[in-house]
Amino acid sequence: MKSYLASRFHIERDPARCIQCQVCVRQCGFEVHSYEVEDDEILSDSSRCVGCHRCVVFCPTGALTVRENPLSYRLNANWRPEAIEDTIKQAETGGVLLTGMGNDKPYPVYWDHLVLNASQVTNPSIDPLREPMELKTYIGAKPDRLEIDPRTSEVTTPMPPQVAIQVPIMFSAMSFGSISLPVQKSLARAAEQAGTLFNTGEGGLHRDLYAYGNSAVVQVASGRFGVDADYLSAGRMIEIKVGQGAKPGIGGHLPGEKVSPEVAATRMIPIGSDAISPAPHHDIYSIEDLAQLIYALKEATQYTKPVGVKIAAVHNVAAIASGIARAGADYIAIDGLRGSTGAAPKIIRDHVGIPIELALAAVDTRLRQEGIRQRVSVIAAGGIRNSADVIKAIALGADAVYIATSALVALGCHVCQMCYTGKCSWGIATQNPYLNRRINPEIGARRLGNLLLGWSHEIQEMLGGMGINALESLRGNRLHLRAVGLTEAEMRVLGVRPAGE
Amino acid sequence: MSTAGLSSYNNPYGDDHVIDACSIFGVMDTTGQCFSGQGAINAIASMHDRGNGLGGGFAVYGCYPEFSDWYALHVMYMEAGVRADVEGYLAGHFHLQVAEEIRTRHTRAVGEPPQLWRYFVSVDEFASPGQSPDDYVVQQVMRINTRFNGTFVFSSGKNMGVFKGIGYPEDVADFYCLDDYRGYIWTAHGRFPTNTPGWWGGAHPFSLLDWTVVHNGEISSYGINRRYLEAYGYQCTMETDTEVMAYAIDLLLRKHGLPIEMAAAVLAPPLWSEIERDPSPRARLLRSLRQVYPCLLMNGPFTIIIAHEGEMIGLTDRIRLRPLTAATRGSRIYLSSEESAIRLIEPQLDRVWTPLGGEPVIGRVNNVSLGQQAPSLGVSVA
Repeated sequence: MKSYLASRFHIERDPARCIQCQVCVRQCGFEVHSYEVEDDEILSDSSRCVGCHRCVVFCPTGALTVRENPLSYRLNANWRPEAIEDTIKQAETGGVLLTGMGNDKPYPVYWDHLVLNASQVTNPSIDPLREPMELKTYIGAKPDRLEIDPRTSEVTTPMPPQVAIQVPIMFSAMSFGSISLPVQKSLARAAEQAGTLFNTGEGGLHRDLYAYGNSAVVQVASGRFGVDADYLSAGRMIEIKVGQGAKPGIGGHLPGEKVSPEVAATRMIPIGSDAISPAPHHDIYSIEDLAQLIYALKEATQYTKPVGVKIAAVHNVAAIASGIARAGADYIAIDGLRGSTGAAPKIIRDHVGIPIELALAAVDTRLRQEGIRQRVSVIAAGGIRNSADVIKAIALGADAVYIATSALVALGCHVCQMCYTGKCSWGIATQNPYLNRRINPEIGARRLGNLLLGWSHEIQEMLGGMGINALESLRGNRLHLRAVGLTEAEMRVLGVRPAGE
Repeated sequence: MSTAGLSSYNNPYGDDHVIDACSIFGVMDTTGQCFSGQGAINAIASMHDRGNGLGGGFAVYGCYPEFSDWYALHVMYMEAGVRADVEGYLAGHFHLQVAEEIRTRHTRAVGEPPQLWRYFVSVDEFASPGQSPDDYVVQQVMRINTRFNGTFVFSSGKNMGVFKGIGYPEDVADFYCLDDYRGYIWTAHGRFPTNTPGWWGGAHPFSLLDWTVVHNGEISSYGINRRYLEAYGYQCTMETDTEVMAYAIDLLLRKHGLPIEMAAAVLAPPLWSEIERDPSPRARLLRSLRQVYPCLLMNGPFTIIIAHEGEMIGLTDRIRLRPLTAATRGSRIYLSSEESAIRLIEPQLDRVWTPLGGEPVIGRVNNVSLGQQAPSLGVSVA
């Protein structure tokens, strides 16, 4: 069928600069560039270009430019180009449109409407280069109070398992399968070096990564891929994945062609078989079922590690979080509307769920109203782009945040949203060995470590500016936030006052 | 956060929390001997320049020996006409032993005082089954402070009293005729509020039951301290950061039964790096305290003097951003923003030192339970 879609990008090659070295030909995972031997010429098929800039970055002579194809549709506020193009795609395929990464629609980004406080005169700001500035965070359920034996000064209250992270930033769930093994190795090394955690996602833990088990959150998802006793005991924390911000309410499907021998071994499924994660856990149809799974996992690991639950931020998130806390979870991870994915139906990614800022504020408020905030740690995910987003999330009430897109961008990702194709030119979201060799775990870990280090420094500067020298004094401290350009209702949910008040 | 609702009737100046930079002073006699407050008044007066006349106050322990079994409620009525309602409420919720106006002296330097009344009450059978008299009193204080317009219970302990208002502390002392009182602990405060006109309820000391706090500093963690305490039923009606300090101490010491040394390690904990370096079993205790009570870390610059029956504690924030000097002479312990204030009233000192950040200085009466055995030197003030 002839496609009625025009190309999205337009590639310009400066003939004066191009030396026909074919770097672009080799770098592009989408086979945009080709070399014509007879004419000693490089051709580019713009219609295949996804705008990931791999060729542009690697062209040794700077001969390439990628522009958005300046297609001028007749102006229409309703039938915008995306609506037209999506309709054409479906008419040609009859399928559910897939996409990768997070929601790209212009929903309000509440982080950008929240501003932070700083000290002036009445209390001194603190210089983190000269004074201690503490970011250390413990993930895990805390008792409401401590009982201490007055004779021995020993703590008699049993303390649930706690996991220390040196920065309040963890790498969010990305499975081996959705990303390549070198990417997971980069994440694992960086997490270990920075004193934080990475998350296996639902794809199991590759045998090479058992060495990093102490820095791993091991996920138990609806497909139970890769879950066995060794897997559970290898991880530092266990996470029951109920939902994901990019695709609340639906499952996942790793096509058989991506199930390579390594992926198959790690997921514990036959080579080449489809890996289907059902939409719900078929043993969790209610909150009491969830409690059973939480305690089954705790039993399986002798109550030595926190067991958390990850959910997508949906309308009733506060009540659900309260139920999860009461069901015995040690932490709750909430993944917002802008959370990323390796593959999801576009219509669901773009229209289901609520923004993390509102969900986080609602959950923290609700847990405090019920007096059970101590019982769980809260991890915010989905849409954290920089250290300001992190610190604002902490001030709204998060114990820590998960980042995924930022981490992949640190490794080269240019957010072209084509993860689901498996052709990632940056070698990230692909199992193609020719492509995924592009990530060197040692260099990858360094890039990720730099990102965490840079953000930590910035968080320390902002904290010090507020006259605070321990992150816990900002956690849930919404007086250090003010709203700019939000409605009364939004400010009420966020528990934040307008700037100037 | 329902701050709007509370503020509408409890925070007439519409500020969120009052930022202070102040003078503080405390003196106690560890034998439990009561003495005149003239020294404390002179000492705080010598630090006049640290305040700006917008708040001064004193806490006196051992001042009501005749009524040592009864809770002494000091109530300020900012608005006329409420008193009858409040007294009706008090009569319905306590055994009211004495109701009297607090004796004051006309002082030009203290402007526009509210009506100031004192009630000696007992709880007896009014508390619900299982509720301690102390818990009952706290509950009633919170109710009165939120339910009645412009009414504040600003002192609610046994055999102690808080006296505070707008003015320099020496003028406030004069106004309340404090030269007539004797106590075994005196704490004093001169205030420099930086973002409000100052009001009577916002002066220090802050108190709940017989716990009092005088505070110099600003608590940057106020937002989370308050949210945490509200979950335990404390209602922050005075809208100042010192109030959360008082409630935090009440929660940790009275409700959760922690000794003061451990409460200090919650309010001004050691750094994580110090805890990790500590090889002793104490590290586990300190780690647990920080893990369980992160919301009560008081972050930002502060010096506080906390007092309650038989005990006076001085503490600075963990990186010591506000001054505190401690000294002893004989059975007396002194705590002050400035050493000069101590030297003024006691030139010869046995020991003078600057406590480390986060390290509490604790003075205790020698195993004398003052609730049962009141010092005999108190003066009736009826």
